[in-house]
Order: sequence, then structure tokens, then C-alpha cells
Amino acid sequence: MARKITQTRKTTVTVIAWIIGFLIFFPILWTILMSFKSEGDAIKAPLAMLTSHWTLESYGEVQERSNYLRFFMNSVVISLGSTILALVIAIPAAWSMAFVPGRRTKDLLMWMLSTKMMPAVGVLVPMYLMFRDFGLLDTRTGLVVVLTLINLPIVVWMLYTYFKEIPGEILEAARMDGANLRSEILYVLTPMAVPGIASTMLLNIILAWNEAFWTLQLTTSDAAPLTQFIASYSSPEGLFYAKLSAASTMAIAPILILGWFSQKQLVRGLTFGAVK
Amino acid sequence: MGKITLTSVRKSFGEVDVIPSLDLSIEDGEFVVFVGPSGCGKSTLLRLIAGLEDTTSGSISIDGQDATDLPPARRGLAMVFQSYALYPHMSVKKNIMFPLKMAGMDVAEAEAKVANAAKILNLTNYLDRKPGQLSGGQRQRVAIGRAIVREPKAFLFDEPLSNLDAALRVNMRQEISELHQTLKTTMIYVTHDQVEAMTMADKIVVLNAGRIEQVGSPLELYRSPANTFVAGFIGSPKMNLITGAEAAKHSATTIGIRPEHLDIVADGPWQGVVGLSEHLGSDTFLKVAVAGMEPITVRAGGELNLHHGDRISLAPQAGKLHRFGADGKTLA
Repeated sequence: MARKITQTRKTTVTVIAWIIGFLIFFPILWTILMSFKSEGDAIKAPLAMLTSHWTLESYGEVQERSNYLRFFMNSVVISLGSTILALVIAIPAAWSMAFVPGRRTKDLLMWMLSTKMMPAVGVLVPMYLMFRDFGLLDTRTGLVVVLTLINLPIVVWMLYTYFKEIPGEILEAARMDGANLRSEILYVLTPMAVPGIASTMLLNIILAWNEAFWTLQLTTSDAAPLTQFIASYSSPEGLFYAKLSAASTMAIAPILILGWFSQKQLVRGLTFGAVK
Repeated sequence: MGKITLTSVRKSFGEVDVIPSLDLSIEDGEFVVFVGPSGCGKSTLLRLIAGLEDTTSGSISIDGQDATDLPPARRGLAMVFQSYALYPHMSVKKNIMFPLKMAGMDVAEAEAKVANAAKILNLTNYLDRKPGQLSGGQRQRVAIGRAIVREPKAFLFDEPLSNLDAALRVNMRQEISELHQTLKTTMIYVTHDQVEAMTMADKIVVLNAGRIEQVGSPLELYRSPANTFVAGFIGSPKMNLITGAEAAKHSATTIGIRPEHLDIVADGPWQGVVGLSEHLGSDTFLKVAVAGMEPITVRAGGELNLHHGDRISLAPQAGKLHRFGADGKTLA
């Protein structure tokens, strides 16, 4: 017998879901609200703050003090660059794991994932020294490389689960039709996996955009992305809540918009293969 | 040309020998059917010929050239898969054109070939559709189209009709046979359906547990099966296999008689009671319980008025009785 869903139950669950959703979204909402206040109003008690005068002055000051566009461009280059590089490496890797698995493929996948469990700070010193010696400190190239390496396990995993869903016979048909490995991946596998590749790409862009540990440690000015832009507003002279909020809003706005428009793809990507 | 020779070909997956050493020769232009129960290794054998699986040992030659280590693309064979394996993101036209594109053929020439194949297969009106918008039979035709444009040395079919409904299966079976008459190219066809094997093949290869039980024309296998396995597998309904005292009378371990080779007579050697009678219109299949013997199937005339519980007497037709020894092989 199917479980009976009463109207009351439905309403209760909906209300709870909205409350949880609101709680999760609250910090972002508060940041956005605070960014439209003057520095003085921003540190008032919550109620007093909400009723105080709305202003755009923090945005003006932030734009005056630092060049938003430069940080923004760095973020774009780093997240897109690392995503493309990761895909170029991960597509063939996931292909071989999905279609010509060896005895150790599962172990290899687990091992790759386990690297994500290591605290990043554990390798900070060696990484920093390597970056220094290779002249990669504060360069976009350096960040692209490090973000690619960080996100590669997830990208490979996601593509692997997508590729596993593609019937092997279609690839065999391509082989019978005279396709070599390159044509097989290029003309048959990739177009069929486009939805999967797209959601993997989106997720990776978001991850790279939000990555704060390495971007803060390995950049100072030239390659500094939006994470540095935000961090620069928490300074030794004190916290400037309104300006910090304005900077944060400007930093998260692009990715929030991207996420909003691609949420369908993202949810599909993250839950793909979870249920059949 | 499309002569394919397998010499001592063996295939094992780990410890398991799927195909113990096997020799087989397929002549140019022949329609060969591999038939056997599921798991008998017939698809594996086809995939070995295609190059989709590597042989464990032995050699495969195509037109006299050693192809054992050639990749599938370079063997010059075309394959039609059970699932059709069409490229879902390409139109019918692009699907059929794909092998030509891979061969680097000039676009105009390729288009002409596609148009020709589409005409043969009645696909002209569907060229711009995606596989998802086609029926099962149309998809199967696209898969065949993709195979014929390449003008391969041989076609390999891996149970191509098993996803189709019964009526369509009969149609497609005839279309494939007609295609073979037209193209006169070697075809190797895998099926577990002995009716397909009987109706289509020039030569049937009966496989069981990776071993070839018998090779021969449909009628050869029907008339003189080499052993009880082939006897039971070829022919529908199955041959009656009788053991015990009745077999001993013919100095054999097992005797076999086909349902169509039994006559209902007034006073025959086997007396029995009708259990089940299936009236097909053209034929009637009777299951008859005869004392001291396995249940006997009889194929009788269509409008026969016999029912459950009726007593009848059966007589095997002269010269139609098969005798098998203790090892299951036919006795001379």
C-alpha cells in the first residue's frame, strides 16, 4: 500500500523545507543586505540595521579602492582554465576506466578520491616551495595547475559514472565502422556524454571559483582572484562589514547567477547514476 | 571476397575456457548461421572474428591474410548488433555515413552511397530523423544500412532480430535473406532461434559449450544429426528422444523420431493416450503418453478431431528413426 500523504503533512513538510532553505541561504542574504548599508549602520543591531538608510556607497568605495574587473578576470581565467585542462585530462582517463577497466581500476578511483580527504594545509609548505622554485607564485598558470590537480579526482569520478551509462556496444560499433581511438572519443563518446560533461564542467567551474585556500596562499596581486578581493577587506585596521559585504556580493554574484541558470544540469550531474 | 578461416582458435576468460580449440572455414559468399543455446559461445566466436575480442591462441585469416592481431576497423568486416548500437546523437543519414567518413571518403561520393543504401532499405524518407524517432524495425534497417555502405568482405550479425516482435522478425528475416541474394557477400549470423537458422542459412554451425557439434546445410542437419544435441536442437517441435527398452529394441541407447515422422494408425507399435492437443489450424501438435516411454510429441494434420484422453496408436515412418549410442553420437 502506498503511503498516505495528507494535506497537513504536505503543508508541514513544505514549511520545514522552506525554513531549512532559508536558513541555508540566510548568510548570503544577510551579506547582500549589509552591502547596501553605510559602514556605521552595518554594525548596528540587526533590527536597527534593517530599518536604517539604504545606500550604494560601499560599492562605490570598493570599486574605487580596488579594481574589481582585474580580480574578476583572474577568477574567470583560473576557473575556466583549470576546468578545461581537467576535462582534457579526465575524458581519456574516465574513458579507459569505464570501458577498458583493469583489475585495479576501482582501487585507483578510490585512491584518487582519497586524496581529496587530505587536509590541504598538510602539503602547503612543499607546494609553496615548489611554486617558488618554478616561479609560479602569483601567476595564473600556477593557479590553473593547482586547481586542476585539486579537482581532477572529482572530474574523473563524475565522468566515469557518466561514461559507465553509455552502452559499450555503441563504441564497439564505432570501432567496427573504422573509427580509431581518437575518432571514437571525439565523434561518438563525447557527443553522447555532452550532458554529463556539461554538468561536470559547471560544477568544476563553481568549485574553482570558490576555492579559497590555495588562491589565497599562492597569490598576492597579479594573479589574485576574487577570493583575494574579499579577503583584502578584512584588514589589520579592522573589519569593514559593509565594504566586505559589498565585495563578497560582487564576488559571488557571477557564480550565483551561473548556478541559478544551470541548477537543473547541476542536480542531474550530482545525482546521475544514483538511482536507476 | 570474404573467405574466413579459423585455425585452432581458443578463447578463455581467466580460468574459464569459453571456446576450446576450434577450426572452422567459411567460404566466400556463404550465409553461415551460428546457432546454439544461450551461453554456448556463439556471440564470443563472432566477436573473435570481428576483432572485438582477442583470441587466446590460434589464428583467424580473412581472404588468406592473417587477421588475428588486426584491430576491428582494419578487418574489413561490418557488424550489426543486437541492440542496433546506432549513434543516438546523429541523424539516420549521418549514422549510415559514419563508416564512410571514417574511411575518409569524398563527401559527394559518400552521399551517393548513403542515398543508394537508403533506397534499398526503404529509409529515404527517414534520413533526417534521429534513431530515437524510429521504430525497432527501422532502427534495424539503419544498422544494416550502416553495414552495407562499407561494402565489407563479410557481414556479422549478432542476434539482430531478437528485439523485434514476432511479425516484424519474419519480415526482417526475409529482408536479410534477400539482401544476401542481392549482395552475395559472406554473412555470419548468430542466433539462438533454430527457425532463423533453418530458414536463412546455407550452412549451420551448431555450437554447444563452445564446441562445434555439427556443421552442415539445414537439411543435412535435419536429416542426419550427428548426435542427440543437434537432433534435439534442430527442428521444431523438437525431435522425440526415447531411451530405455524401446531404444534397446533398435540396439541403441537412445532413439529419435521427429514429431512429423509419426503416423497415427489403427494398429501401430506405440499405444498411448493424448495429453495435450494444440490446434494451430495448419497443424495439430499432440502430446501423447505412451507406457514405458518419454512423452511423445506428434505433428498431425490441421483439422484433426482428437482431444485429451483419446487413445491412439502411433507408428514411426520407415527409415526416419535415428539411433544414438551411449556417447550420444549417431550410430551408423
